[in-house]
Amino acid sequence: MLAWTIYISFLAVPVLLLPMVSVRASRIIALLTAMAGLGVTLVVFAHQQSGEMMTVTRVAWIPTLGLEYHLAADGISLSLLLLTGIVAVAGILFSWNIEHRAKEFFALYLALIGGVYGVFLSFDLFLLFVFYEIAIIPKYFLIAIWGSTNREYAAMKLALYSFAGSALVLIGLIAAYVVAGAKTMNLVELAQYPFPVHFQMWTFPLVFIGFAVLAGMWPFHTWAPTGHVAAPTAASMLLAGVVMKLGAYGCLRVAMTLFPRGLDAWGFHVLGFGSWRDVFALLAVIGIVYGAMVALVQKDFKFVVGYSSVSHMGFVLLGLMTLSQIGLSGAVLQMFSHGILAGLLFAVVGRMVYDRTHTRDLAALEKMSLYKLIPFAAATFVIASMASIGLPGFSGFVAELQVLMGAWRAFPPYMICAGVGVVIGVAYTWRAMQKAFFGEAEPGSLHTLPPISTPERIGAIMLIAVSLIIGLYPQLLLNLVVPALNSPLFDGLRKGSWQ
Amino acid sequence: MITVGFPELFRLVLPEVIVVAAALAVLSVDLLFMRAAARRTRFAVAAVISCIGCLVAAVQMLMVPQQASVFDGMLVISPQTQMIQIALLVMAMLVILLSIDSTFTPHVGEYLALILFATASMMFLVSSENILLIFISLELLSLSLYILAAFNKQSVRSAEAALKYFIFGGISAAFALFGLSLVYGLSNSTNLTQIAAAIKNPLDPLLFAAIVMVVVGFGFKVAAVPFHFWAPDVYEGAPTSSAALIASSSKVAGFVIFYKVMVIGFAGAEGSGVWRGYVSGWVPVIATIAALSMVLGNLVAISQTSVRRLLAYSAIAHGGYMLLGIVSHTPQSFDALLYYVVTYALTTIGAFGVVAVVEDKIGGDKLSDFAGLSRRAPVLSFCMLIFMLSLAGIPPLAGFFGKFYLFTSVLTAQARTLGLLWLVILAILMSTVSLYYYLQVLKRIYIAPTLDDAGPIRTPIVAQTILCLIAFGVVVLGCAPNILLVWLK
Repeated sequence: MLAWTIYISFLAVPVLLLPMVSVRASRIIALLTAMAGLGVTLVVFAHQQSGEMMTVTRVAWIPTLGLEYHLAADGISLSLLLLTGIVAVAGILFSWNIEHRAKEFFALYLALIGGVYGVFLSFDLFLLFVFYEIAIIPKYFLIAIWGSTNREYAAMKLALYSFAGSALVLIGLIAAYVVAGAKTMNLVELAQYPFPVHFQMWTFPLVFIGFAVLAGMWPFHTWAPTGHVAAPTAASMLLAGVVMKLGAYGCLRVAMTLFPRGLDAWGFHVLGFGSWRDVFALLAVIGIVYGAMVALVQKDFKFVVGYSSVSHMGFVLLGLMTLSQIGLSGAVLQMFSHGILAGLLFAVVGRMVYDRTHTRDLAALEKMSLYKLIPFAAATFVIASMASIGLPGFSGFVAELQVLMGAWRAFPPYMICAGVGVVIGVAYTWRAMQKAFFGEAEPGSLHTLPPISTPERIGAIMLIAVSLIIGLYPQLLLNLVVPALNSPLFDGLRKGSWQ
Repeated sequence: MITVGFPELFRLVLPEVIVVAAALAVLSVDLLFMRAAARRTRFAVAAVISCIGCLVAAVQMLMVPQQASVFDGMLVISPQTQMIQIALLVMAMLVILLSIDSTFTPHVGEYLALILFATASMMFLVSSENILLIFISLELLSLSLYILAAFNKQSVRSAEAALKYFIFGGISAAFALFGLSLVYGLSNSTNLTQIAAAIKNPLDPLLFAAIVMVVVGFGFKVAAVPFHFWAPDVYEGAPTSSAALIASSSKVAGFVIFYKVMVIGFAGAEGSGVWRGYVSGWVPVIATIAALSMVLGNLVAISQTSVRRLLAYSAIAHGGYMLLGIVSHTPQSFDALLYYVVTYALTTIGAFGVVAVVEDKIGGDKLSDFAGLSRRAPVLSFCMLIFMLSLAGIPPLAGFFGKFYLFTSVLTAQARTLGLLWLVILAILMSTVSLYYYLQVLKRIYIAPTLDDAGPIRTPIVAQTILCLIAFGVVVLGCAPNILLVWLK
């Protein structure tokens, strides 16, 4: 049944492009499609008890090479499918005002969503890679056609970074496929294959970096702020909310599952690094602190959110590198939480503020005193930023707390740095909030702005509610994620440097 | 040596005979009955006759499968070569149908007859394992293509392209002939299998001279660096359908025969192209020109402003990937090479078809001429989107699976040591570069605004149908590659 999330999204693409579909109808079709995808996921979510892997479809696809069309889901994929569904619906609600080439916009949007669902559902690595690359092209066009500042540059940069990352992944996957006898690309079977340690030592970093490019790992993050800023609102929501999670998901599902021994100690030290784990943990921490510090000095409101994404994704990667159950489940929770909250922040900045004021310059916004003009946007931003800096009760808190607890055991010094990153996070959020919404209006310069529309209100309330639910009752996701982490798929990882 | 009587021989080469007969029919019908008719009518009638000829030949092969090896390997027919011949016939038909609206030449009959002659020589080429017949077919093919490239008599570029093609082609044919004669001197045989058996000492300097010269000759045919200089000019200057033929079926035939000559004829002198495990032989030679082609083709394509030249450099780059199939020389890599070259040729015919329409309606093949095409001709643009993304290797299109299968088979050839990994890494990284220039074309089509308030373009109905068919084929072969894999085995 879960497979329908993919099919519905892709089927809607040609329907939207039909000449007789009006712009108005295309919006409704897109919304219904996204809701249907979310509905399917919710139904499965409600029935899913254990978080163990369940196969959806498994048929031979290219028998000559042993490749299968194998869709399956475990607790981790299911959580991320849910995230995709929610962000997809919200994204369409926040792009209700798109008029320019609207049908193509929604068609590309749904093609992207379909690709993302596909990645989260694939348990055959060839299939996973196919969906992973399918997602690249719609991203390019979404930014290059409907984007703003420097859009063609940002779109090309994003496409090339993604493609270069996936090239690294492809090298690793082909090598693994050939070494394992060129019989299967099935994730479960390959994960059980005992790849030689020296082989894992070079394939692991290759595949990990390839995916981490898309997760915004420092120093490969530079596509992210420019891409997020240039993208139209719905696309930034998807990019930050879901596409960056594709990268993190790939790191966990492919790199760490297939090549767990790649995380082992090298047996020697270079510049204080004893394993790839140390290297990537440091890069993650640099991402956390660097992203936060750069966000602190931005003049463009959207860049603040863009860099905050880099910072928050650092927590995901740090969580992965802790190699402990609490750290990994924290990383998955953080993926979910950041997906919701980054979506919400981009919605406020891009749709509620920029589409009305046509500026994102913090200095200019400061003079408008937006909290009086669009109080709903101000309130949403306050809630979203409180949630993202880790106010207890929201999803960001439980996620980052778990990551930090895992990191405390694994890398105490890094945990302190990450803590510093959290503090800077409070500072930049506060600064942006102050300047954007609570500046003193110059006398006599009172603007009037169009009121916040109903779709925007529904979208915002939906995202806030999800963040609250997960914050107050994280077991809802943890009940799925923890059994998935304890499943045989991660046996290799648990045997290694697991803590 | 197996000799057969003439009736038997006639039965074996019946498909080629049909194609040649169709060529003669086209010539005489056009000469005798159609002189007074409008150019468009003449083209339509001649194209229909040619297509019927190709179709009959293809159906004949499907109905009566053959398997034979006669006259000292002059004619080696197997189900696989027959499938390759059918693919060549299909490509010829597509090229002819796409050119049906062209009006550049009054010599309609001659033009189509030459395309058919070229096709017939390619059919001979892929079904021969004897260097004598290989060389004769190669020359027949080249001569037809030189004339086809020069066929637009009003265009200086066409003449220049043909002259360049002719001079380069003549020199490399001389190299190939010299190399083959050395081979004959070494082995006292013209049959590839017997040549390989006669090679006693794989480190014979004379053998190396022969190998290098043969590589020069065939490297020209497949436009591998450093024998590629003709390609951009010919792709740019030749009439579109000639360029499409040169870029597609001539490439298929060239790679098939290149593979056969190297792998069958020089078996025993392979050497090794493994990273830091270099052993001299023909493999390192091919590995070097493959690496050069991938790097140079992709990097130079970035700076092109003419779509035809861009396609030429991308063809050089793709030639580099395909040479990897020869480097690894396993039966599986031959299958992968065939899949790659056939789907690549289809995609290229499609891309040239789009370029032809754009040139006809807008007046040029510069990137700027494609600006805003998506609003003027949505179907045409969508076809181009498919072709470009397939060439870039984006799934689920045929180009992606081709790359995956080819690279996998290359690695499998040295599975234990992954010795050819360096070539695979280079190829995958270079295909990342290629996305940039393919996106440049798509950027013009979908994102750039039209220069003036130009109205919609009416794509000719035949061209549109054929292009949609090819695009559909590219998608289907990418989603279900097993169709072609089983068929070509």
